[in-house]
Amino acid sequence: MKISKVICGVLASAMVLAFAGCGKSEKTTLVMATNAEFPPYEYRDGDKIVGIDAEIAKAVADDMGLELVIEDMAFDSIIAAVQSGKADIGVAGMTVSEDRLASVNFSDPYTTAAQVVIVKEGSAIASPADLTGKKVGVQLGTTGDIYAGDIEDASVERFNKGFEAVQSLLQDKIDAVIIDREPAKVFISENEGLIILDEEYTIEDYAIAISKDNTELLEKVNASLAKLKESGRLQEIIDKYITAE
Amino acid sequence: MTEWFSEFADRFYRNFIKEDRWQYITDGLLVTIQITVFAVILGVVIGFLVAIIRSTHDKTGKLKIANVICRLYLTVIRGTPVVVQLLIIYYGIFASVTIDKMIVAVIAFGINSGAYVAEIVRSGIMSIDKGQFEAGRSLGFNYAQTMIYIIIPQAFKNVLPALGNELIVLLKETSVSGYIAMEDLTKGGDIIRSRTYDAMMPLLAVAAIYLTVVIILEFLVGKLERRLRNSDH
Repeated sequence: MKISKVICGVLASAMVLAFAGCGKSEKTTLVMATNAEFPPYEYRDGDKIVGIDAEIAKAVADDMGLELVIEDMAFDSIIAAVQSGKADIGVAGMTVSEDRLASVNFSDPYTTAAQVVIVKEGSAIASPADLTGKKVGVQLGTTGDIYAGDIEDASVERFNKGFEAVQSLLQDKIDAVIIDREPAKVFISENEGLIILDEEYTIEDYAIAISKDNTELLEKVNASLAKLKESGRLQEIIDKYITAE
Repeated sequence: MTEWFSEFADRFYRNFIKEDRWQYITDGLLVTIQITVFAVILGVVIGFLVAIIRSTHDKTGKLKIANVICRLYLTVIRGTPVVVQLLIIYYGIFASVTIDKMIVAVIAFGINSGAYVAEIVRSGIMSIDKGQFEAGRSLGFNYAQTMIYIIIPQAFKNVLPALGNELIVLLKETSVSGYIAMEDLTKGGDIIRSRTYDAMMPLLAVAAIYLTVVIILEFLVGKLERRLRNSDH
């Protein structure tokens, strides 16, 4: 009897605390859902989550006078977290797509990411259009992998790691590699005789996911992003992680 | 229950039906089987050759240099992981040659399997009683004839379970061929996984298919064993 009373008491106070916590989070915190396995946009540095997205979200939260709380979760549950209100915003290098727009709203894009084509110097491939019928190397599961399926008659070779695709290109086992611009820059700087084609394969806009029910927050975030863009702070954050060309 | 089922059906649809993703699995299975079949043939040929050289040396003291080469082969191949051998062959030995990756995989797995087959077969040859050998010789057979007509058939029967074991190991070892961007069964599952972000279902499907193939192999090896045992009576 006594024990159950104690348990009741603990539960009751826990509930009070939980409600208090809820009320608090609506007022003073901005909860960001992300998947901290995508450098340089978000990754773990020690026990902290850092990266372009984390800093931009921090800047947006500061501008709105809120404290940023980052929740690290699986990439495919971020949209669900935003939809259900467990998180206020989803910032995870997320490309705006029709599928996703069906579930959530997106802010104005805060940066763009490109998939580029790496070829050997002197290659007959001068633009992405020349990839037809060629052997194209990609890293399994990346955007480049998904989009490479659209190239006519090309055979797509999916490597576990980006550098293995580049190694195969160096040995003429494949004709080109499609990969994110940032790692591509590293690869060509470390290997002689490789170039990145001027024309990107695709360009994607990265934007912040916000619940469809919360248009007020969407407007606020867009306003903050506009301010950050104007003040140059946004570019500063991006340049800090990505060496400018 | 119905909710669970509809979620299951939805996941099944995303992982296997949508965009014909099941083809990654079926195409991959075909590649896995192709590699295994050709590698087994190569492995058995290498294995028998090495085993005969090694046991001839053990029995007669001849073929000294060939025996040293064979022992070196066994030490190097059994002493290094097959995935490292595969990568060395693809990125090292065939670095500047354009070659079908299927051939690379068959060579790598064949050479690897040959080392294990060699020791299995040698243990079979050595297990045959010396009297069998002497009987063969006294019937007027020369060394090679005794080996081919008397020793090897008996040895083969004895080592069949161990060879079946090696076949099963080889089939599963081909799962590392994704390292050279081949799309085998395991890689097929990985591709689906990278598209749907669902770990459980593609991996379970891949596991179930490997298991099914192994069960079929076990059945066939068992049948062959029974067939060979008929001569015991």
